[in-house]
Amino acid sequence: MTIKIGIPRGLWFYDYYPLWKTFYEELGAEIIISNPTNKNLLDKGVKNTVDEACLPVKIFNGHVIDLKDRVDYIFVPKMMSVYKDEYICPKFCGLPEMVEHSIPNLPPLIDTEINFNQSRKHIMKTVYEFGSYVTKNPIKIRKAYSKALQAYEEYKDKISQGRFPIDGELTSKQLMLNNKNKKKIALLGHTYQLYDRMGSMDIMKKLQDYGVEILIPEMINMDVINEKAATLEKKMFWSYGRKALGTAIYLKENSDIDGAIYVSAFGCGIDSIIGDLFERWTRKDGDIPFLLLTIDEHTGEAGVNTRLEAFIDMIDWRKRDEGNLPAHG
Amino acid sequence: MKVTFPHMGNQYIATKVLFEELGVDIIVPPVCSKETLEIGTKYSPESICLPLKINIGNFIESIQQGADTILMSGSCGPCRFGYYTMLQKEILQEIGHNIDFVLLDPPQGDYKTFVNRIFHITNTKNPYKIIKALAQGTKVLYQVDELDDIAYYKRPRQRKIGEVDNLLEQFQKEVRNVKGYKEMKQLVGETKEKLMAIEEDPNKEVIKVGLIGEIYTIIEPFVNLNVEKKLGEMGVELDRSLKVSRWLTEHLYLHPLGLSMEKDIIKEAKPYMKTMIGGHARETIGYAVKYAKEGYDGLVQIYPFTCMPEIVAQSILPTIEKDFDIPYLCLIVDELTGDAGYSTRLEAFVDLLKRRREMKEDAKLLSGY
Repeated sequence: MTIKIGIPRGLWFYDYYPLWKTFYEELGAEIIISNPTNKNLLDKGVKNTVDEACLPVKIFNGHVIDLKDRVDYIFVPKMMSVYKDEYICPKFCGLPEMVEHSIPNLPPLIDTEINFNQSRKHIMKTVYEFGSYVTKNPIKIRKAYSKALQAYEEYKDKISQGRFPIDGELTSKQLMLNNKNKKKIALLGHTYQLYDRMGSMDIMKKLQDYGVEILIPEMINMDVINEKAATLEKKMFWSYGRKALGTAIYLKENSDIDGAIYVSAFGCGIDSIIGDLFERWTRKDGDIPFLLLTIDEHTGEAGVNTRLEAFIDMIDWRKRDEGNLPAHG
Repeated sequence: MKVTFPHMGNQYIATKVLFEELGVDIIVPPVCSKETLEIGTKYSPESICLPLKINIGNFIESIQQGADTILMSGSCGPCRFGYYTMLQKEILQEIGHNIDFVLLDPPQGDYKTFVNRIFHITNTKNPYKIIKALAQGTKVLYQVDELDDIAYYKRPRQRKIGEVDNLLEQFQKEVRNVKGYKEMKQLVGETKEKLMAIEEDPNKEVIKVGLIGEIYTIIEPFVNLNVEKKLGEMGVELDRSLKVSRWLTEHLYLHPLGLSMEKDIIKEAKPYMKTMIGGHARETIGYAVKYAKEGYDGLVQIYPFTCMPEIVAQSILPTIEKDFDIPYLCLIVDELTGDAGYSTRLEAFVDLLKRRREMKEDAKLLSGY
């Protein structure tokens, strides 16, 4: 009988799922992905998580509940760090523990530790540990891993071309408008929020309906971002934070965008710092219009719509009226 | 150069001694107050955690008194404390304070900058002098933390309620007027004697509670709304999981050598949390288990709103509560925390603990032991 492994459609899912899915499928396991986030699933998640946790963690727990009765293992790796001297977020570091102590009657978790904070030398050992849930054959695991890497690279490529994995399904390429109403807006936020329809109030679709061209950090050359981030006075130790701050510096210097929207999860510790620095550097130093949307399970969609509309109107007026009139008449 | 630094419980007493022995001018920020918090809240990002807001308040109040250099320690993640300094710099710059920030981060390989920063802030290049002052500062820190321990014991037992805290308040006032290691040592010694001499009431019923949670909030009395005094006067003998003295020894002296005093705590936490996740979440879990095993009556966790590591700990603590049958209360503080609601919850919790103990004793009587 094949082993059934459930992958929750939340948190790092949007960054890595082709990697993990291909890996386990190559090893002969059956992969079951939880349903896209919906109201019912969100409610269950909220009920089974401490109140203080952020929305994405609550959604994640909802996905785990969605999977728990129909799989042999649930894939909840302990993601400590993916780059040297960097971390993800304390909640990611303690995620398997949080899930385990929040939800009763769970099947076993695949909670192998991913920690490249010191070095990447033991990467193959980590891969074997992941593979050992399905097979003990190292050659098979190595093969599956290289296939998985390939799938992952292709996936990253598609995203950098502007195809977004909304709820895990890649959208088609953005239409580039070429009229004078053209607006380009940088959209910042954790992948698990932006690409989750429920968790982001479908912001990507909304923006595209307004005819906005979206720029996400992944569409900027990563080397440039890394280079910019390296100029920071103190090394940013969150991987996401480094990407966001690098983007902020890049945008400040080459501002060909009309605005920036930062989607933040209420209570996110990383956003409280990165969002603030991002705003300081883009809005105050770079003169780029900035909108911060904070979302939690109580956020009303109408309010988000109103703010988006106002923001886009403001950009339109700015474009139309920004003549060379002096500010004081 | 006039150096200032943020408050954190009794840490300022030791820092004061350290700099006075080095002959550096320092400005001890005014005691944390509503004004401090108000200033901090005004200039800090809305969703940042409480310690940063208090820090900003401390800095600005010190700057108003003439400070021009700020000494701040740091870390390298994954808790957001690691990036405090960068944000604080931006904030102070924005409101027009061009101030010299000296960061004492873990060196991460760059020892030259680290040592230079120490030379800069200490205003001397004589390592002997620095080490001597540091040793004296550390000694004072241990002595002051010992005062706290005595106070934990005395508060629930004092015959006249309030005596302990009157004495400590007096001490806090006098601390600002003494100078240097010798005088400080004498003052602490005297205070200790006076504390020991406080009359006890042997008939008082005392229950034991372990105080766990985020280090800053459990140490700084203004932030935790004087939880130690409140609980103590309700008849609770406390033990606090984290102390500045232990933190300093751990991070300054032992950690660079790859040693740790917290091995047994890590071991206790292991079944619940396998690795460190930043902040003091693992210590919170470890101490919770330790207190439970030592037969404490209850646990109180305090942390600032949105603190990431403690949220993870919070989701695990109910399991410990069940496994060890020990009641647990979680208090979350931010700038909007009201004293009345907070006290009510503490009171209710203490009542519950007392009742539990009574019931246990009754059960013993009835079963004939």
